[in-house]
Amino acid sequence: MAEPLLRVEKLVRRFGGIVATDHVSLDVAAGELHAIIGPNGAGKTTLISQLTGHLDPHSGSVTLAGRDITYLPAYRRCALGLARSFQITSLLLDFTAADNVALAAQAHAGTSFRFFANARKEKGLRDAAHAALDRVGLAHRADVVASKLSHGERRELELAVALASKPKLLLLDEPMAGLGVTESQRMVKLLQELRKEVSIVLVEHDMPAVFALADRISVLVYGRLIASGDPASIRANEDVKRAYLGDQHVVTHHG
Amino acid sequence: MKGLSVSKAVTALMLAGLVLLPLYSYLSGNIFILTLFTRIVILALAAASLNLIMGFGGMMSFGHAAYLGIGGYAVGMLAQEGVGSGFIQFPVALAASAVYALVIGALSLRTRGVYFIMITLAFAQMAYYVASGLARYGGDDGLTVYNRSDFSGLVNLSNRTQFYYLCLACLFGVIFLVWRIVNSRFGLVVQGLRSNEQRMQAIGFPAKRYQLACFVISGTMCGLAGALLANNTDFVSPAVMYWTRSGDLMVMVILGGMGTLFGPVMGAVVYLLLEEFLSQITEYWALIMGPLLLLIVLFGRGGIMGLLGRVGRG
Repeated sequence: MAEPLLRVEKLVRRFGGIVATDHVSLDVAAGELHAIIGPNGAGKTTLISQLTGHLDPHSGSVTLAGRDITYLPAYRRCALGLARSFQITSLLLDFTAADNVALAAQAHAGTSFRFFANARKEKGLRDAAHAALDRVGLAHRADVVASKLSHGERRELELAVALASKPKLLLLDEPMAGLGVTESQRMVKLLQELRKEVSIVLVEHDMPAVFALADRISVLVYGRLIASGDPASIRANEDVKRAYLGDQHVVTHHG
Repeated sequence: MKGLSVSKAVTALMLAGLVLLPLYSYLSGNIFILTLFTRIVILALAAASLNLIMGFGGMMSFGHAAYLGIGGYAVGMLAQEGVGSGFIQFPVALAASAVYALVIGALSLRTRGVYFIMITLAFAQMAYYVASGLARYGGDDGLTVYNRSDFSGLVNLSNRTQFYYLCLACLFGVIFLVWRIVNSRFGLVVQGLRSNEQRMQAIGFPAKRYQLACFVISGTMCGLAGALLANNTDFVSPAVMYWTRSGDLMVMVILGGMGTLFGPVMGAVVYLLLEEFLSQITEYWALIMGPLLLLIVLFGRGGIMGLLGRVGRG
């Protein structure tokens, strides 16, 4: 197998006596949509934070396209092609949708130590912003201030911002969180489109969505990876059923 | 919506007033008003520079008066040492302010929020005490500037009208620069950092170097105000750096409207005129000024510019 796009090896992160990430190893191949699931408190967000650089691991390593990024700050990882969306929407609320996206494009288009020319008149940046907004179906809301967008639209804008940096790998932290049924369906459709263009690591609670989208699924329980495989094998895995699904049988219901 | 909003109309009126003021002073023979407004214009420049980091950059510097002192002392000390040329004094004033801002900024920007306010205040107070200790340059008593900066006949700073227009040109120049900066790539990044630093880091911007650059630009601009102020009063003393002066500048920015282009000018004009007229009525003028400011801050969110904006819509 070719070198994986993202390789996580024996990652450990403790909080006091609690091991929130316990020797986690996983590979994400180029072109793959890799879902990470697990019950509340399993350490999903802790793991994601170490991938994005918001939290340093105590040991282990993270490699992106062959390059060790374990201790690189977040902004450097972004330059190497790692983009993220936040579990709790994080946008520039007093900027328009187009400005939010254009800034992400600007971060990857030469220096921002330009003091004189009007950045909102840079055609390259505006075009990139509108292309990304169009991609997520927000083109008609380009000039609306982010704080005036609906929750669903903000989730889509998060995606557009992540896309504008032309990432190799998208880390999506619960993109469906708080979405209604129709909005969720739109998001699943959108992710189905996006996965053709970019590798994705998806952390998500919405099981039908995960099983519909993922090539591979890793299951995290109490900080440890208890299973990793394609959706069918995860669905059949006894450990997963016992540890994670309990009595819900959500997975067995689906398909 | 009307083509000309109320806030734009009032701003235009104010700017026209500032431009025509020397004419009024000449016709009415009121020399005092020109002196008063020279001071207002200089402090408006200082407020505009503070607005760049405070209003647009979200960096609450409580030590901005330090640059007034640094710019002023650069002029005063050089004059005392026999260097009277403005072509040397002014660049030195700007460079000294920039270096001070670079050092203070690099240290202060490790902190955020209240700590940032306190540390910028602490550094300014240090500058105040250093100036008080400069025995050769007057120490506590300050330093008289016997000759205004000499620009070899290009502009005569001892001529009231010429000096006023020089200050006004500097103010307009600084506002023009701020306007260009806030709409530039750099300016959008700085404003993005004010809005959501975590998000900006995640899309690939290292926060500190942009904020530091902004801090230095702002400090340098304020150093210019300091150099002009020393020429205006023919005197510089540690008092211009005292923390209450930094507070005055903050009040001007908030009063006029943080993060607006002309808000700081409006704030400086209103604040200093109020101070002037109230202090003529009573020596307890601060008792009237305080509640007035409170009312504007409480009910006029966004300062005078915010109020005018709402009148325009209403």
